[in-house]
Amino acid sequence: MTLQDVLLAVAGLVAVAGGVAVVTTKQLVRAGLWLVVALGAVAVEFLLLGAEFAAWVQVLIYVGAVVVLLLFAVMLTRAPIGRSSDLDRPALPAALVGAASGLGLAALFVGVFAQFQVPAPAVGTAERIGDAVFGDWVLPFEVLSILLLAALVGAIVLSRPSAPQETTAVAQGSSR
Amino acid sequence: MIRPVIPLVTAALLFGLGAYGVLRRRNAVLVLMSVELMLNAVNLILVTGDTMRERVTGQIFALFVIVIAAAEVGVGLALVLRLFRLRQDIDIDQVALDDEPRAAAPSAEPVLAGPTGAPTLDGEQA
Repeated sequence: MTLQDVLLAVAGLVAVAGGVAVVTTKQLVRAGLWLVVALGAVAVEFLLLGAEFAAWVQVLIYVGAVVVLLLFAVMLTRAPIGRSSDLDRPALPAALVGAASGLGLAALFVGVFAQFQVPAPAVGTAERIGDAVFGDWVLPFEVLSILLLAALVGAIVLSRPSAPQETTAVAQGSSR
Repeated sequence: MIRPVIPLVTAALLFGLGAYGVLRRRNAVLVLMSVELMLNAVNLILVTGDTMRERVTGQIFALFVIVIAAAEVGVGLALVLRLFRLRQDIDIDQVALDDEPRAAAPSAEPVLAGPTGAPTLDGEQA
């Protein structure tokens, strides 16, 4: 066990503990805040694995944007702040599927990679990532920008109050 | 030297927790949070695979997954807010999978329903 192994294990424990809290807490806002803990710990693991750029993108987009959006949704849907009792379904099927997939995958990884060791990665690979994104992966990158634009337009259309529709309906109703 | 089994097991456990949350939770926002956990587990596996192979392809895939997750959460939350505006509730057990009008109308009438015709689930005129 090197120092990096210990740090990886600690960050992994924090991430799993945060995940457990996200899926078990009875308070909506706290679930969002525990999600910050879990995603931040995963970002720390990215840093330890040498994926510096992915770590900062994770912090910026997940912790910065996605969690804020989720908290906004919690507040906009006027969720009760405090304990709510009606958040959950019966636990047994969910626990079966979750435990089977999680523990099964974990056992598979332990079986395959238990004694496997790799040299610690060098830090600071943003240049290599930039070369790869704008070299081999430039077409998926551009397609992704179109996807983001489509998502933007879709979100605006979905969340727009349907005011014109309502006025036409009212006009039709009054003319009858 | 590092042991890649540690982040891999972490990712497996996070994925299991996310699957558990998606099936267990009834509130749509909490379901989205659990989906984020599962996506993060996949990202962790991709980045760990990169470390093992000394490539950057996995990191690029992880970045793409992060961007797609951001788009997904944007559209998903727009849908959740739309659902809340129509039904005053985001309990996903109450969402019908077809567009037939419900036999028992919800107690809170949809605000956007027009004066004529029965309100359907998506608020359009029938």
